[in-house]
Amino acid sequence: MSKKLAVYRREHFNAAHRLFNPAWDDAKNTEVFGKCALPNYHGHNYDLEVKLTGETDPETGYVMDLKVLSDLIKSEVHSRFDHKNLNLDTVEFRNLNPTAENIAVVIYDLLRPHINNNLDLKIRLYETERNFVEYPA
Amino acid sequence: MVYLTRSEHFNAAHKLYNPAWTPEKNDATFGVCANQNWHGHNYDLYVTIKGEPHPDTGFVYDVKKLSILIREQVVDKLDHKNLNLDVPFMKDKMCSTENLAIAIWNELAPHLPEGVQLHCIKLYETARIYVEYFG
Repeated sequence: MSKKLAVYRREHFNAAHRLFNPAWDDAKNTEVFGKCALPNYHGHNYDLEVKLTGETDPETGYVMDLKVLSDLIKSEVHSRFDHKNLNLDTVEFRNLNPTAENIAVVIYDLLRPHINNNLDLKIRLYETERNFVEYPA
Repeated sequence: MVYLTRSEHFNAAHKLYNPAWTPEKNDATFGVCANQNWHGHNYDLYVTIKGEPHPDTGFVYDVKKLSILIREQVVDKLDHKNLNLDVPFMKDKMCSTENLAIAIWNELAPHLPEGVQLHCIKLYETARIYVEYFG
């Protein structure tokens, strides 16, 4: 009988961003994104929760070694985004609005190739304590 | 004497950078916090006042009024702003959490009524880093 379970690793990073659609004028950006569109950026402490679902490896008892997952998040996510301006300093958001939704999808795509195909990956990203997104839904 | 605390929060960008220093010295001192294009935080602010509860109301101070005061004098000026560029009361100051706590104290203290004293500004930059200022 299959015994699927989930393991989680939490990490965090601090970054600046603004929400802005370059196809729109300033007035429309302000109307849609409000103070999130302010030109000099603002920032957040992002809390990232990475969930892996699958069966335990009979030899190790692990779904995945969480130290390996931690190192992977550090090298793929933290090193790209921590203490950065998401709009200016990252290639991922050069042409993509850095909403929490889009950040979660980008993080999924960065991690997925490095995680065993037998495991399901889910990303939960907190932009604030009360605003968070999950991908895939 | 009773101590009353109201918590608020704001999200802002900043960097730690001393313009009198070379970029190399800034990097050596402030590390990733000196990133030229800024980074940011969710700041949690705890404002503690002290006084005797008023016999008519039982309040040290109407906490709704305290909330409005914090919002008008502090949070509206900081939230979704760049602390280095957008905030008049941080102009020409290093945007450390220490200095921001002192500046917040200075913005609030003059507006409290007689009999109500500011006791502490506690400011969290992250869940694990905070400062306290007692005036």
